[in-house]
Amino acid sequence: MDVTLHVWRQKNAKAKGAMEVIEGKDISEHSSFLEMLDTVNETLLSKGQEPIAFDHDCREGICGACSLVINGEPHGPEYGTTTCQLHMRSFKNGQHIFIEPWRAKAFPVIRDLVVDREAFDRIQQAGGFVSVNVGSPQDANCLPIAKQDADKAFDAAVCIGCGACVAACKNASPMLFVAAKVSQLALLPQGQPERESRVLAMVDQMKKEGFGNCSNQYECEAACPKEISVEHIARMNREYLRASFLEEAPKAGHGGD
Amino acid sequence: MILDSKVPSGDLADKWEDHKFHMKLINPANRRKHDIIVIGSGLAGASAAATLGGLGYNVSCFCFQDSPRRAHSIAAQGGINAAKNYQGDGDSVHRLFYDTIKGGDFRAREANVHRLAEVSRNIIDQCVAQGVPFARDYGGLLDNRSFGGAQVSRTFYARGQTGQQLLLGAYSALNREISRGTVKMYSRKEMLEIVLVDGKARGVIIRDLVTGEITTHSGDAVIMATGGYGNVFYLSTNAKGCNVTASWRAHKKGAGFANPCYTQIHPTCIPVSGDYQSKLTLMSESLRNDGRVWVPSKKGDTRSAFEIPEAERDYYLERKYPSYGNLAPRDIASRSAKEACDAGLGVGPGGLGVYLDFADAIKRVGEDGIKKKYGNLFHMYQKITAENPYKAPMRIYPAVHYTMGGLWVDYNLMSNIPGLFVLGEANFSDHGANRLGASALMQGLADGYFVVPFTLANYIASEKLNKVKTTDAPFTEAANAVKERTQKFLSIKGGRSVDSFHKELGQVMWDKCGMARDKAGLEAAIVKIPKLREEFWQNVKVLGENENLNQSLERAGRVADFLEFGELMCQDALHREESCGGHFRSEHQTEDGEAKRNDEQFCYVGVWEHKGDGKKAELNKEPLEFTDVKLATRSYK
Ligand SMILES: Cc1cc2nc3c(=O)[nH]c(=O)nc-3n(C[C@H](O)[C@H](O)[C@H](O)COP(=O)(O)OP(=O)(O)OC[C@H]3O[C@@H](n4cnc5c(N)ncnc54)[C@H](O)[C@@H]3O)c2cc1C
Ligand code: SF4
Ligand code: FES
Repeated sequence: MDVTLHVWRQKNAKAKGAMEVIEGKDISEHSSFLEMLDTVNETLLSKGQEPIAFDHDCREGICGACSLVINGEPHGPEYGTTTCQLHMRSFKNGQHIFIEPWRAKAFPVIRDLVVDREAFDRIQQAGGFVSVNVGSPQDANCLPIAKQDADKAFDAAVCIGCGACVAACKNASPMLFVAAKVSQLALLPQGQPERESRVLAMVDQMKKEGFGNCSNQYECEAACPKEISVEHIARMNREYLRASFLEEAPKAGHGGD
Repeated sequence: MILDSKVPSGDLADKWEDHKFHMKLINPANRRKHDIIVIGSGLAGASAAATLGGLGYNVSCFCFQDSPRRAHSIAAQGGINAAKNYQGDGDSVHRLFYDTIKGGDFRAREANVHRLAEVSRNIIDQCVAQGVPFARDYGGLLDNRSFGGAQVSRTFYARGQTGQQLLLGAYSALNREISRGTVKMYSRKEMLEIVLVDGKARGVIIRDLVTGEITTHSGDAVIMATGGYGNVFYLSTNAKGCNVTASWRAHKKGAGFANPCYTQIHPTCIPVSGDYQSKLTLMSESLRNDGRVWVPSKKGDTRSAFEIPEAERDYYLERKYPSYGNLAPRDIASRSAKEACDAGLGVGPGGLGVYLDFADAIKRVGEDGIKKKYGNLFHMYQKITAENPYKAPMRIYPAVHYTMGGLWVDYNLMSNIPGLFVLGEANFSDHGANRLGASALMQGLADGYFVVPFTLANYIASEKLNKVKTTDAPFTEAANAVKERTQKFLSIKGGRSVDSFHKELGQVMWDKCGMARDKAGLEAAIVKIPKLREEFWQNVKVLGENENLNQSLERAGRVADFLEFGELMCQDALHREESCGGHFRSEHQTEDGEAKRNDEQFCYVGVWEHKGDGKKAELNKEPLEFTDVKLATRSYK
């Protein structure tokens, strides 16, 4: 099949970018979207033009590296699918396809379709962990966890950190991403000791990074390739309120010896 | 090359405990004075960096992806082994040890494997403490499944994405250390050279993939946890970025490369569908818990799977290996699939496929039951093939998956270059000639959480390490070499893309050094590869510049290294005149087509030493001694 691509090209963070029209000829409908770009890149190269830069690694929907807003939709038209899992059979012969990077102030473009998502790492560094040293923790089965809690925590834990939720949101809010981690750990006993400090720190970092706020549009849920539910945002909001309240309450001082 | 395995004396079961007691420690206040460089943020690298940071060392950690969370370990599906015996089905440390040694076709070092089995139990405890959501049963306790090459249920899992959950656990531990300031993380950075001072590993040269800037970093030790080299075949189940560069650069500076020909071809992957294809997708081995593998018993049977009655199907694994059945180890299951297809019994386009059928399991537990266990895998299969695996059997075929070979390390996981430690898939240490399913995750985390923190301290405490500066000659020379090489790629301005070279090399490797190898084929490859390499250096086309993100330039460096490494792999395969595990030499098989080992002559680790560009590498041998298990012919019948 043949397709006409309209691709965002931008040499580096400082350069000005623009949409460029590139023809994709003789594409197999069985190839994945990224394989289509590979094919187009080989053609560009043979004509002495620089290939289109895009992020990818696992190409099976789990590493979260691939991105792309395709015809206005993050990760393209298929529900619950990353760009790398999208196949050309979802498009029509002769179709015009618009390909753009994630757009958000906190995700500056590095080149073409590649953006800088380190803000996500910094949000996780602010509190997305359980403080436990490596050594000799208790036997794993000393901590039974009800299956339904474990399953619910798991549904949040599947976030791949791709950033589609931000790209889909008109406020560029990463609430779904942040909520996925807060929710996972709030649902598990291991997460309890740092339950309050975690949510406060992560939300605080999210604000510092220049992301927008959530106004309950829920575009994120529709774009999330892992189908993470906005239920987790609701839980995070409750966690945040609860933590803010508890933080204000007077604390017992630490004793020395 | 001196290959001292440094295996401690004493009883096998006591070695590690004794060794830990005798190793030197570094006092907590002094640890922060030691800079440690960790290359890689997969399970092995992230766990090592987090643990060393937690202990108080000053750690720098590098990865080429845009975030440490995206290391290839994230893609592991099926599970992680541990000798917990939670199912009470007769598992023990000794059994896991024995299964791993046997699974590896008696080509691994006993003492390392025993230690792995011992610490496997701590891994599960550690991960649960971090909040890793492993699958649980209705009583709230941890659940297990079975994997190939074992008759007990010892595999812990998190749906079909165990690697993701384990890596996110290690990533969170790493994040905690980053926030405490003990680890500094560098993403989108590629290590392109290792720096030796007085023969010891003291630093690395790093290229910033966004700006092209070359920087030098020094430390008291370098840990490489840079993953496997399966992408030498171009098509594999590995992520696109996986490469041999870090290992190869270290090899060219003197590190021995052990058993490079030991490659694992995984039996259950989605078959190749066209030449646009950029990678192959694994369907986890865990599927063989419930799926039954079969082909039509008659050649040229073009009926659809439903139309073929039971009596005209050959469930060949169940027939040939009744006691393990569909859970025969990977090398055996892959070769059996190849045999069936070579005999003209394959299904699907080109006859390169066999069925993996869930009809019986679906009858037993319903579609829902199957969905709960393998939902994401079925989803993935459907996405790629546009076929519904709940309705029709999956079609699968073997694909390159894992590399057992790697840089040689001693019992302390240190290479023959003092101060260079190698962890995870990048080393050769624990899987012999074939890795059992769910053992790579175990090894990566064992190395990073529980082994290297002790052995590295012992090294630093025992060595006299002079101060080094990144302005010293060894650093500036290595940095200049990297700059020159980068410029060279850009200046060739030839006519062929990097990918076209990579594909051609991959085809040669698959044809001549793949599932079955023979002398003539390997010799032909050893002639072909240098020619291709020569053409590459004259005719590769890399556009753009060094100073912007340049993905062709990144790949050029990796493919250039594969073009050298591929030849060494073939050389190793050629010299090993026996069949063992994943290394199958057609000349060496039993009457019924099983691998025929030659313990008299080949019971050793083959370690290659670089002798200079254009010169033949030299073979060194570390003899393998078995004191606790008897060398036996592997049987899964
Ligand atoms: C699809 C798939 C499924 C699997 N499923 C299972 C399973 O169920 N159970 C199991 O036990 N095993 C499984 N495996 C195997 C297992 O996932 C890997 O062997 C293991 O995760 C490797 O971990 P690692 O830490 O050694 O390397 P990786 O996770 O590959 O990490 C390598 C790291 O090194 C970095 N790096 C590499 N080179 C450089 C460089 N030059 N400069 C800077 N950084 C560099 C990368 O950025 C990355 O961070 C699977 C493998 C695949 C392909
Ligand atoms: S919540 Fe969904 S869309 Fe957002 S980063 Fe995670 S996986 Fe991606
Ligand atoms: S490339 Fe890994 S999720 Fe798409």
